[in-house]
Amino acid sequence: MDKALFEYLLRLGDDSLVLAQRLCEWSSRAPTLEVDLSLSNLGLDLVGQAQLLLGYAGEVEGQGRDEDRLAYHRDAEEYRNCLLVEQPNGDFAQTMARHFLFSIYRELLLDELVGSSDTRLAEIAAKAVKETRYHAELASDWVIRLGDGTEESHRRMQDGLDWFWRFVDEMFAVDEVERVLIERGIAVDPAVTREAFDARVTQVVKSATLEVKPSTWPQTGGRQGNHTEHLSTMLAEMQVLPRRYPEATW
Amino acid sequence: MAATTSISEELRNRIQEVLANVPDPEIPVVSVVDLGIFRGIVEDDTGNAVVQITPTYTGCPATLVIEQSIREALANAGLSGVKLDTVLSPAWTTDMISEEGRDKLRDYGIAPPPKGSAATSVRHSTAVQCPRCGSKDTQEVSRFGSTPCKALWRCCNCAEPFDRFKCH
Ligand SMILES: [Zn+2]
Repeated sequence: MDKALFEYLLRLGDDSLVLAQRLCEWSSRAPTLEVDLSLSNLGLDLVGQAQLLLGYAGEVEGQGRDEDRLAYHRDAEEYRNCLLVEQPNGDFAQTMARHFLFSIYRELLLDELVGSSDTRLAEIAAKAVKETRYHAELASDWVIRLGDGTEESHRRMQDGLDWFWRFVDEMFAVDEVERVLIERGIAVDPAVTREAFDARVTQVVKSATLEVKPSTWPQTGGRQGNHTEHLSTMLAEMQVLPRRYPEATW
Repeated sequence: MAATTSISEELRNRIQEVLANVPDPEIPVVSVVDLGIFRGIVEDDTGNAVVQITPTYTGCPATLVIEQSIREALANAGLSGVKLDTVLSPAWTTDMISEEGRDKLRDYGIAPPPKGSAATSVRHSTAVQCPRCGSKDTQEVSRFGSTPCKALWRCCNCAEPFDRFKCH
């Protein structure tokens, strides 16, 4: 088995899956009906991407685990998502701050992965990047609308961004697993997208009359399975049915 | 495609005819052929015909229903030996919707994506025409509508809301 590729696909797939689950927690609770629809639809795109990525991961592993098996029957320490996506939703501004930072990171990454030497991964990236571009635009629009809105929305948007900055560096960190794949032309060195990320984020944040305040205390560990306690609580809810009733079908 | 194949022209035509009558589960006025979900017919190692389809959106819940409907339609036409395969590449774009499909969407009340708009962003999009009265005095209400492929718009002329096919 190609252990490094399996790990890498889990990282990409788990980012999608965990963020999708978080977004769907907004269902029926969003500020307006239109926002409710959009958050669930963003989640749906991400579930679709997770299916493709985890499905491929299962094939690479070759142990007979499909995407559902990987989603429902792994514990938190086996998840490889970054810490940013597992953080609780907070208020709407905080959710948008998270989605804004993640989608821009992810769009730039997928844009590069389209050129991956792994054909299957390149195809998935080509499909997903278009959806992700839509996400990045939607989130950017909300950052501007809330930042350049009322005194209260401005404060909340700034708070949201300030909170999530501590999780940004982890998305661009490279460990041994990725280094090997980068050399093989399969993975992308996220460092090549960092400059573009900073530029785009700064541009939006400025037009939102907000400030970029990078964290002096970056949090990492998700890629190695060291998660915040929020992930296990979230997975408990997501996994309870297939674990309690393994043969359950709709 | 001039490659040697044991799939007869007749079989190809029959399969295409069946598929042209398989509706999209969410927008039943258009078929899977109109929408460009149907990619083509290829031959597998054993000489069987394989219908290739492509998902519109990765998370589109209709994908499974579409597969099922195609299998059923083929079986009903006595073509149960035909296989089905999902391909991702090249990724689906709204440019793959046929002219006929665009007309059907418009008649149904959904503003179709203009040809060639696949790569453009949702922002700064060109004027969207109201599918009811034809006015271009329209505005976006919500970037996401009732399904992942549609956005919600309204017409400032006839005051009616309408769905717009998202450009992808
Ligand atoms: Zn009108």
